[in-house]
Formats: sequence, structure tokens, C-alpha cells
Amino acid sequence: MEKTTVTTNKTQEPRAASDAVLPRLGFAGTLRWAWRQLTSMRTALFLLLLLAVAAVPGSLFPQRPSSPSVVTKYLQDHPDSGPVLDWFRLFNVYSSPWFSAIYLLLFISLIGCVIPRAIAHYKAIRSKPPRTPSRLSRLPEYGTLQIPASQGVTAGQAIKDAAAVLKSRGYRVDIRDADGERPSVGAERGFLREVGNLLFHTALIGVLIALALGGLFGYSGQRVLVEGDTFVNTLVGYDTFSPGANFNAGDLDPYSVQLDKFEVKFDRQKAHYGQPLDFTATMTTKASPSSTAKKQILKVNDPLALGGTNIYLVGNGYAPVVTVKDGTGKIAFQGPVVSVPTDGAYTSLLVIKAPDAKPSQLGFVGFFLPTAVKDGNGVAFGSDPDPFNPQLNLNSFYGDLGLDKGQPKNVFTLDTSKLTQLNGRDLKAGGIVLGPGGSYTLPQGKGSISFDGLKRYVALDIHHDPGQVWALIFGVSALLGLVGSLFLARRRAWVRTGMHPDGRTMVEYGLLARGEDHRLAAESAAIRKLLEKAWLAARTDSAEDNKQAEPTADRVSAASGTAHSASKVSKDQ
Amino acid sequence: MPDINETFAMFSERFMLLAGIAYAIAFIAFAWDLVQNSKTTRTVLEQSRQAAMSPAEGTKAVVTRRIPVGAGASGYAGIESEGPDLDGPEGRAERPTVPSGSSAHTADDSMRYGPQRRIPARVGVAITVLAAVVHACGVLFRGLAAGRVPWGNMYEFWTTGGLVVAVVFLLVLTRRDLRFLGTFVIGLVLVMLTAASVVFWTPAGHLVPALQSYWLLIHVSIAVMSSALFTLTFAMSVLQLMQFRRDAALTAGKADRLPFMRLVPSALSLENMAYRINAIAFVGWTLTLMFGSIWAEKAWGRFWGWDTKEVWTFIIWVVYAGYLHARATRGWTGTRAAWLSIVGYLCIVFNFAIVNVYFSGLHSYAGVGS
Repeated sequence: MEKTTVTTNKTQEPRAASDAVLPRLGFAGTLRWAWRQLTSMRTALFLLLLLAVAAVPGSLFPQRPSSPSVVTKYLQDHPDSGPVLDWFRLFNVYSSPWFSAIYLLLFISLIGCVIPRAIAHYKAIRSKPPRTPSRLSRLPEYGTLQIPASQGVTAGQAIKDAAAVLKSRGYRVDIRDADGERPSVGAERGFLREVGNLLFHTALIGVLIALALGGLFGYSGQRVLVEGDTFVNTLVGYDTFSPGANFNAGDLDPYSVQLDKFEVKFDRQKAHYGQPLDFTATMTTKASPSSTAKKQILKVNDPLALGGTNIYLVGNGYAPVVTVKDGTGKIAFQGPVVSVPTDGAYTSLLVIKAPDAKPSQLGFVGFFLPTAVKDGNGVAFGSDPDPFNPQLNLNSFYGDLGLDKGQPKNVFTLDTSKLTQLNGRDLKAGGIVLGPGGSYTLPQGKGSISFDGLKRYVALDIHHDPGQVWALIFGVSALLGLVGSLFLARRRAWVRTGMHPDGRTMVEYGLLARGEDHRLAAESAAIRKLLEKAWLAARTDSAEDNKQAEPTADRVSAASGTAHSASKVSKDQ
Repeated sequence: MPDINETFAMFSERFMLLAGIAYAIAFIAFAWDLVQNSKTTRTVLEQSRQAAMSPAEGTKAVVTRRIPVGAGASGYAGIESEGPDLDGPEGRAERPTVPSGSSAHTADDSMRYGPQRRIPARVGVAITVLAAVVHACGVLFRGLAAGRVPWGNMYEFWTTGGLVVAVVFLLVLTRRDLRFLGTFVIGLVLVMLTAASVVFWTPAGHLVPALQSYWLLIHVSIAVMSSALFTLTFAMSVLQLMQFRRDAALTAGKADRLPFMRLVPSALSLENMAYRINAIAFVGWTLTLMFGSIWAEKAWGRFWGWDTKEVWTFIIWVVYAGYLHARATRGWTGTRAAWLSIVGYLCIVFNFAIVNVYFSGLHSYAGVGS
């Protein structure tokens, strides 16, 4: 603001500018100016809308944290645009500097807004209701009442009654000039509205802190568990593990879970045939190596809580048990092979690597079909997710698997660049097709493979997030604050009375809303009704004494408040 | 899990069809109401023009609020400027509803029912009630057929969502005369029913394990109800902008090109009413977000993970938060706030129609194409 004045002065009246003592901003002044700009409502609104816009690309491009493989594929498919997008952090939008900058600025702006408002409100709560305006008739809601002389209600008494009425409606009241000629009462209510507003905004800061807390001290990991296997909560027990910044390996509580049984139920009715209906994992858990074993059930939407972590069932599939023997007749690989389901019928990708096979290493890649059916061309496909006719369809390779250099390799892909194919549909030897119990001898005396049995596996997510309880607490506080700030009404009301020379007591009242308040008119009507009732009740009490003195027209007036009668009141007094 | 009741599922679809037909008739009735009113107002205007510039008899706008005239009024000035000058809504009353002073409106600004009898509108409301009852039967039987809440896939979101829009509209009608929104709201319900039956149709079935949670009942129902309220305010904001332009044109002495807009309250009262409904819907949307993250924690192990649906729910929340702030920012009330409300609703439509179907994510339960 100050800055604009300076520049306009300069451009319009350069000479006057040199004459006049200009407010020099200086360093501190500039800072104050910037702070004022940042904390202004307009800037906050701009940042808020910018935040909404900035969040959009995160839904358009694949994001590394949630789907890293999709990002890798995107980069491969778009060699030109991919790296540019990556430079702009469009695959990590929500941790990118520009997104962080927006929300951090927004929160700074919010803090800069909340603190002065909290101080102002604290003062407002401690101070008395504002003094009575001299012209109540200018208020958005205004009305007048007349108490007949026969009532014997003095102006001072009427103000006390009015204060009681306002108090009963939740106003804090302050009577002024009680014994004077024109006593009045000032009243205010709805301080919780601003409290709610401040609570909402403060709680949002709390939610952000809770999120940061989770990022610092939390951890999460994945583990695939085949039926019969046990997971122990130590670093080596995880397939993948992502610790928070302040994670300490000693924080892991060494509980163990064993997958005893995994049951899947599929829909067998016509409309949605084969759709999964239920996944149930029966686990044996031990809170610590020495504690007693417990049977527990793990389901989707129903995590297991153990050792400060939650264990979630996030995936499942088949793990065919396979034995691979090498050319020398020794067992080169034996055990369940985790296969990756690719469709609703659990047509699953499967890779077997036998690096210990002699004389050459062996690799297999192919499909597992729970229920294999042949199509018109004689190609097998999976027709049902339940294992009615399990079948392995494999191609085999021999040569160098590329594992000897100690580089980590994806267990779900087979690098065939240094391998020679032994089996395949296009080769003379054909593909390997195995049913349960079946075995196949590889060509050229390279060995054999057998399909010994079938197990299921579950994919588990293990999470520890110390921030989430706080996120919930702050979230609920924010909600309460929001409701308070939107639906509580902050109102001020004043009532002023005076005696008419003819003995009547004249009453005028006015109401003012602070903030949006569409029920102010209703509030005014309600107060009027209560005031009438207060003085009407008094009337019936003393009715006997002055029956004769009462013309009907002189009843407690219910005339609607107009500026006209207001001016009459003030003129008369 | 009980078997799917095919008979009930068939009943459900019959009911949906009947409801669709009834909504179509109601739509025509509401449209007829607008047309007829355009005609009568034209004749009224002609008459009043002949009766020498006197304001049209229909003008019913009443001063309901006084405008606080801060600065000039002695004694009163102290009230508003007490405390530091904060940029918030503090110290400002609701933007007062004032009479337009012209003959541009016949509608009551408080949106209460007037003495005027609008037969086609009454027919429209009556048929809408009938349609909503039949529609409710359709939704109910869909739920009974599957033995669960009827919002487990896109077809069910759209049919149930349409019902909620219609019912919310009817509920608001019991308190306020929003019949001028009839064509828009019922038209939208009709579109939703048609889209559900044509594009998203899925036979009644059980829920996949990921959706088998009581949070489905809470999270989705609140989301749908809030969306229904946002639908109403969207329509109001569009009308507010139209009314604003029309008022400007009339003030400039141009001819009234949209005489049916006389049925619609003034831009300012539309804005105030939209704000009130938006405030309620915003709380609903906050609950949607919170319950959604509680459920996400139960199902996926984290309460927030920037899944596409989460992103868009967040965007909508932020846009409407911007709207609420705009109403308290100088220079952003009125037209700009209305635009924010419209943008917010377009985001909802995008989230509901596009994200569910075309974006892959953890919320891909559309049941489309499977």
C-alpha cells in the first residue's frame, strides 16, 4: 500500500516528491510490507486457488510414490517429453519444491492471519459489549415497543428486564446508565464463532504437522507371504522397506506372523461370475519371540494391529510349488514361486530362475492358469480364478541369468539377452505344459522341471505412522471449528428505554450481525416476542389494580419497528 | 452372503424406467412454467408500459434488511471499526438484500412462496414427487436385490445420486420457492438416470472385498448428499450470473431478452442463498474427505496417499474453501464467488464422471467394462 503511494507520487509529481517527506520503506519496512501482502486475505485466496491448480497434474501423470513402475514405463515410452516432465517434478508433484512452496506460503499466510486475529479476539472477549449507538434505527434490525403507563414499569426496570431476556438468549450484557434518563443495555453473543474459525485454521496447521510427523518417524514395508511362511518384523523380513527420515532400526518390534491358510471366495452367480467376494487370511501371530502364539484373522478393510504397526492385506495370488533339477540330476530350485496375477481369472505371470543349475543356469518364464481351457487355436487361457484345472505354461532358457555380478535384479522378469531358448511354442520342442504332479524333461539334457503342488500367497503392507492419531485429532478439531465458524452467529444487540411524558415507557432495540447471518431477522423477532412476554406477564400480574385505566389501544404495542416511531421516541424524550 | 435376488433387480429396473418417464413429464411441466411466465410477464410489461411507466404490479421486493451505513452515521461508526482492521468477514454483515427498484423481478427475494398460483410449476412439483417415490423404489429394490447399500458401482452411484439430487431439491422446496430451478435440476436427474442406464448399466451384484465396509455407507452417502447440494448452488450461481448481466442490460436501457428470468430472484439473493447451501455442503464435503481418509487408513494403510480420487476430492475442497473465503474478501464477492462455485461444481462433475471411469487408481470400482 505504502509503496504504491510512493510510486504514484513520483510519477505524477516528481518535484513535489522531493519536497514532501516520503515514508521510506527501508529494509524493515519492505519486510513489513511483504508480510502484510502475504497475510492479506487476497493473497491467501490466491494461494488457495493456486494450490488447487497445482494439485491437478498429480492426477494426470503417474506418481513415483504410488506407482513407480508406471513412471518408469512412461519415461521409456516418452523419451523426449519424459525427462522434461521429470525435471519439472511432474512425477513427484506432491513433494516437488513448487508444490511445497505453495502450501508452505499458504500456511505462513494462515499463521500470519490467525495470530493477530486470535489476539484481537482475546481482547474482544475480555472487553464489554460496545457502547450503545445513538441511532439504533440505523441498525439492520430495529424495532420499538411501548409499555403502557398502567404497567408501572420504569425505564430502569425495563432495561433490567431486557438485559435478563438477552442473557437468557446467550448474550453477555452490560447495562449502562441504569438510573439515568435513557438507560440502555449493550449485548453481544457468538464469540465461539471466531473461536471456531481460529480453531479450524490452527487445526489445519496441526494436520500438516501430523503429516510431517508420519514422514519423519513412520515407516512402511511390503512382504509377500506364501502359505506356511512366517514374517518376522525385522529389516531383513521385508521385501521392500521405506523408512521415515528419523527411522531407527531398533524401533522395529520383533513380532512374527505366520500365514496358515488363505481362503478366497468367488461369486458363482450369473451376473458377476468369478468376481471375488471374500479374502480371509488365517494367521498365527506372536507379539514377541517368547510370547504365546495367537490365531488371528486378517481381511481386507480389517487390518491386524501388532507391535505398533498395522498389517494390511493388499494383494494375493497363486504360488505353484516347483522343483527344477539340473543336467546333473541335482535339485537346482525347489519351492513355491510367487506368480503375479494379471486379470480377473488370475492368469498369472511367473518367472523361475535356477542360478545353481549345472552345467548351465536355467530360467523359465510363462503363465500359471488356475483353470486352463483351450481356445479354438489350441492356445490355453485362464477361464476361472479358482484352481479347477491348474496348469503351468512355460518357456525355458539356459545360459547366463546375469545374477552372478551381485547386481539386484527384478525377480519377476527374466533377462533373456544372454540366454538360449530351449522351449517355446515356436520351437520344435514346443512349450512346457504341466498339470499338478506332472514333470517335464528339458531337451539337450539340461535337466527337468516338475509341478509339485499349489499354494496361495498374500501381499502384506506393514505400516507404522505415529502421526495419524494426531491427524485424526486435528481433523476432528478442524471440523468442529468449521461448524462453529459457519453456523454460530455473532450478534450484537442494544436496547434503550425512556419515559414518555404521558407515563408510557418507550423501548427501542436494534441488532447487528458480524459476519454472515441470515437469521438476524428471526433473532430480532424472537427477542421482541420475549420482551413482549416479559412485560405482558407483568401486565397480567398487576391487571387488577388498574383495570379502569386501560384503553384497549394502549396495550403493549406490537407495532412493527419503523424509523418513524424511533424518531418519535427520541423527539419525545 | 445371500444370493442376488434377480426378481428384485428386475423390479428395480422397471421402477427406474418409470421414474425416468415421470421425470421427463415433470421436466416439460417446469419448462412450460417458464415459458408461460415469460408470456404473462410480457403482457404485464406491455400493460404497465401503457399505464405510463408505473412499476409492474408484480414487483414484490420488500426491504428486508437495512444497509448499515457505517461511516456517516454518528455514534454508529464506532461499532464497525472497533478492533484492528482485519481482512476477514468480521465486522461485515451479510450482504444486504435490497430491492432492485426496477420491474425486473417478480420473484420474492427471500425465496418464500408468493400468493401467485403457478399451475404448471405445481404440476411439475407433483410429478417430481411421484417420480422421486418411484425412483426411491427403484433404488430400494436394487439394494434389496443385492442385500447391501445400493452404491457399489457407477450405475448405482448415478441412480442413487440422481435420487438424492431430486429429494434434496424437494426438501428445499418445502422451505423455499426454488421452483425456478426445476428445469435444471430435473433435467440433470434425467441425464443422470439416462447415463446410468445407457452407459454404466451393470447387473446387480455383490461388493468386491475392498468395498465391504461400513465406511461405504457413511463415506459415499455423505459425498452424494453434498454433491446434490452443490448441484443446487451451481444452478443458482449460473442464474446469478445471468441475472447480473440481465440487470446490467436492463439498467443500460436494453430490452429484456430473458423475460422468464423475472421468475428468478435477484442476483444478490441468489448469491446469499447459494452461500448458505454451500456452507452446509462444504461441511459435508469436509466429512467426505475425513471419513474417506479414515477408510483409506483401514483399507490401504495410509490415510492420505494422493490417489487420483483423493486428489480431486482435495481440489474440490480447496476450491469451495476458496469460495467461502472469496465471500469475505473485498472485490471477490458476487460474480467472482459465483464463478468459483461453478468451477467447484465442474470439478465435482469431473471427479464423478471422468475420474471414476478414465483414471486408474485405487477408487476404480466403476464396474464399467469388466
